[in-house]
Amino acid sequence: MIMNLQMIGMVALVRKETRRVLRIWVQTIIPPGITMSLYFIIFGTLIGRRIGQMDGFQYMEYIAPGLIMMSVITNSYGNVVGSFFNAKIQRHIEEMLVSPMSEISIVTGYLAGGIIRGIFVAAVVSLIALFFTQLNIQHPVLAILVIVMTAGVFSLAGLLNAIFAKKFDDIAIIPSFVLAPLTYLGGVFYTITLLPDFWQKVSYFNPILYMVNAMRFSVLGKSDIDIFTGILVILAFFIMLLCTAIYLLKKGVGIRE
Amino acid sequence: MNALTIQNLTKTYANGVEALKSINFNVAEGDFFALLGPNGAGKTTVIGIVTSLVNKTSGRIEVFEHNIEKNLSAAKSCIGVVPQEINLNLFDGIFNILVNQAGFYGVPRKESLKRAEHYLRQMELWDKRKEMARSLSGGMKRRLMIARALVSEPRLLLLDEPTAGVDIETRRAMWNFLRKINRNGTTIILTTHYLEEAEQLCNQLAIIDDGEIVENDSMYNVLTKLKLEVFVLNLDQSIDAVPEIEDYFIEITNPKEIEVHVKQAQTLNPVFEKLASLGIGVLSMRNKTNRLEELFIELTRAESNIGVTIE
Repeated sequence: MIMNLQMIGMVALVRKETRRVLRIWVQTIIPPGITMSLYFIIFGTLIGRRIGQMDGFQYMEYIAPGLIMMSVITNSYGNVVGSFFNAKIQRHIEEMLVSPMSEISIVTGYLAGGIIRGIFVAAVVSLIALFFTQLNIQHPVLAILVIVMTAGVFSLAGLLNAIFAKKFDDIAIIPSFVLAPLTYLGGVFYTITLLPDFWQKVSYFNPILYMVNAMRFSVLGKSDIDIFTGILVILAFFIMLLCTAIYLLKKGVGIRE
Repeated sequence: MNALTIQNLTKTYANGVEALKSINFNVAEGDFFALLGPNGAGKTTVIGIVTSLVNKTSGRIEVFEHNIEKNLSAAKSCIGVVPQEINLNLFDGIFNILVNQAGFYGVPRKESLKRAEHYLRQMELWDKRKEMARSLSGGMKRRLMIARALVSEPRLLLLDEPTAGVDIETRRAMWNFLRKINRNGTTIILTTHYLEEAEQLCNQLAIIDDGEIVENDSMYNVLTKLKLEVFVLNLDQSIDAVPEIEDYFIEITNPKEIEVHVKQAQTLNPVFEKLASLGIGVLSMRNKTNRLEELFIELTRAESNIGVTIE
């Protein structure tokens, strides 16, 4: 009975979050489509022609999985950080906090919202990619798994950011100063074998490298890292962030006085 | 059974402010209970702790015998809350807000849709159901918050100044509605600055001042504690001199109106008898000030906070 109550609450939150993504589709779905189109035009068509091949693939084909992941990462993060922080600022998060919903249900609801937006965006960017290059996906199930798990990791990261954020600046700092550099340095546009030894080793500390390369392996069948290591790293981050988010909400950090 | 049991509840905020100093009170099932106090007395903190929006420092709280530490989910299932501040998702549709809230309380979707319609109609907001919450007036937002709190059909309804900023007509309509749901079995705890509202609606009350309960009794008992009441009598003819009655202080405020000061043990009978013997009729009579307000000021010394001298 209690399980059923939690399930109904969680489904209500997922429905609410999905409706939000679709209601403001001009803000949530279209912009990543436009941004990624520009990446394909500039880095793929214009500059890519001069670069030639990367790791045995046409440059456009090589960067496509990374660009899909880049949009999944920024959008799943942005979805949850924006939605949760707005709920905090407008105080309608209290609708959930006063209800019998458990912290696990609340986290799962927001997590699902972020993943759903990540999937929508991945689909849109993949469709756009087809206008510029071919996507012969080698491991489709793995590709979906990587997209879902990566969207999950960054939805949870966005949730943590929103939990601690006290003002709008706080939700802009992490995406600008942490997420963007890690994404650009995560092997979206290059193989790390091009880097000097030292920077190759440094790159292994960047979790986004594993996500981008896991996606690249799913699509191209080739990547800089071992796929099992990639999946394990994503899974480890997912579990760690999930437990942290649930713990913080249970403690009332950022949401209770 | 008690709808709410509060024992030795203490709250000290991170900045050191001691908002609640080991308070105790119970609210019986079916009561319409007023929790009164001046600004900053601790009323909202009590409601915040009961609804788990504020972490308590120490103490014990039970909602329909569910301890909020051991069985928070069951306790929260019994509670609906209308907060002091507007906390609606202003960019969400009005109907959706209610359906979501019902869902958060575990109400199946089909039933949620029915209840959302029912309570929007009750609050006369059905015609606005497709609009966003931000398009509503202040009074409508308050009504929407009440509908949102009721959609889970709680056994205990917490109303934190629900009629603040609401026009008189709407307030009276809300009073009637709240009386009705109370009669139907919902226990209500009301905080308000309109003491007339508390006197009209509530059968029990607690007054909290500076984090301590300074009064906790039935409304009837509390009102009988007033040491002095002043009645204004409108007369059917002008009088020139004050009618002399032993032990009564009477003054003429205008030619056809007198004020009679009545002490706790006195009745108004001698005054009426005296006026009748003088051939003067009493057209109407009222309390000069709200009785609960008098008592409230006496207990909390609220006027001294704003620099008005109390005699």
